Amino acid sequence: MLCNICGKNQATVHLTEIIDEQMNELHLCEECARQKSVAMEQQFGLSDLLAGMADFDKPEKESETPAGLKCPNCGLSYADFKKIGRLGCGTCYNAFSKYLGPLLKRIHGSTQHTGKSPLKAARGLKDSIDTQELRLRLQKAIEAEAFEEAARLRDQIKEIENKKEK
Amino acid sequence: MQLNDLLNHTSEWLKGTGPNSDIVISSRIRLARNLDKQIFPHWANKSQGQATLAAIKDGISRVDYLKRTMFFNLADIDSVDKQFLVERHLMSLEHAQKSDSKALAVDDEEIISIMINEEDHIRTQVMQSGFNLFEAWDIINEIDDALAKELNFAFLPDWGYLTACPTNAGTGMRGSVMLHLPALVMSRAIDRVMAAIAKLSFTTRGLYGEGTHAMGNFFQISNQVSLGPSENEIIESINGLIRQIIEQENQARENLVSKNGALLEDRINRSLGILKSARIISSQETVELLSMVRLGCDLGMIKNIDRRSINELFIITQPAHLQKKENKKLSSDERDLKRAELIRDKLNIH
Repeated sequence: MLCNICGKNQATVHLTEIIDEQMNELHLCEECARQKSVAMEQQFGLSDLLAGMADFDKPEKESETPAGLKCPNCGLSYADFKKIGRLGCGTCYNAFSKYLGPLLKRIHGSTQHTGKSPLKAARGLKDSIDTQELRLRLQKAIEAEAFEEAARLRDQIKEIENKKEK
Repeated sequence: MQLNDLLNHTSEWLKGTGPNSDIVISSRIRLARNLDKQIFPHWANKSQGQATLAAIKDGISRVDYLKRTMFFNLADIDSVDKQFLVERHLMSLEHAQKSDSKALAVDDEEIISIMINEEDHIRTQVMQSGFNLFEAWDIINEIDDALAKELNFAFLPDWGYLTACPTNAGTGMRGSVMLHLPALVMSRAIDRVMAAIAKLSFTTRGLYGEGTHAMGNFFQISNQVSLGPSENEIIESINGLIRQIIEQENQARENLVSKNGALLEDRINRSLGILKSARIISSQETVELLSMVRLGCDLGMIKNIDRRSINELFIITQPAHLQKKENKKLSSDERDLKRAELIRDKLNIH
């Protein structure tokens, strides 16, 4: 499908607008979407624009775009993410980190999480956490070669056992 | 407790209590979580979706805090029931579509609801009446800690909780406050206020969240940024903004009363008059008129009707609620008749 505005390029950004119950579909190429982005951002909100936005961060040449880049866990390609604006699994964040970093920065103005973490959350319940369960998780982490996670779990088990001994 | 029991139950968020409950209807916190390595709902095939659903169900069942929850597989309930749950704000419109592998858990007070396999694997929400985000946070934080013990969440130290859409990454948190701002709308100051909110990277939505527009002077305001600031900082920033809007609405109400008091009182009582006498009424008109009556209660211009009854009327006059009450499918015309009848019943007791 060709872009509704320039009629030349392939349309890759698809928007549906509803004004007074009248539905209107817009199909734009990246260039025209970029030009309209300020107006659209006000009208549509961030998440709808995401598919288009992922490409706005493209300073590299065409050859350097991650056409064949795929997530090793779920197999989603970066091109599919750009089309739909939805990632395939948590591992996609690692696989596409080079491109998602600038995107996160653009959306949130930050790339450093400071809120809670699941590990701390679980530690908050340390009294009820069984070291046996942690050992199971440690085993799994080692099998998955997630050594950072494994080291953290090992320390956590040590900490709980030290407390028990005291 | 079953789905039909909810019909005779008043959701916690409709009780019309809590701080600033004249202007603030409800406060809600939502957390998005995903299971590590599992395919996100949009891309998952049926067996992957079912496996995720089973794992999460199992996790929830082991959390003491969630022992008293009802569980609905969305594939097992009909479209009226789905709409009914949306009207009660227990789940999103998106969750009501394509029900494969989707489920909903709701506690019997209707404070906690957990959408499974919506855009993310888990979307937990906690709703409170009035201006009460921190209280909602305390509850949801406890549930989230307990779930984190049972389930392995996708998380990176730098980017926080990993979500299907990068707009929700980080804390995975969205705090929303639902406001009733009739005076700002009537004095035509609302556009200025909304423009200011958008500049501060907050989002404004209508009564039913994403994709719905403002109806009956109700506005839902929520944070857009979820990565960077901590949960407490996000709540503080929403609270700061909401306090300012409350002040503006109060100011606008005072101005209306002092400058156009008689006109306002006339409009409010005419609205009540129509609601008490109409034989056919649409849900749109109902919401607009109830908004005026609610303002009348807040300003003491209408006595003998409490805020809770009006809040309830907003919900029980919605299409799916009417059909559940009549226990059959009703056409739009039939609903307009039944709606008018129900409103007359409720308001003419007083």
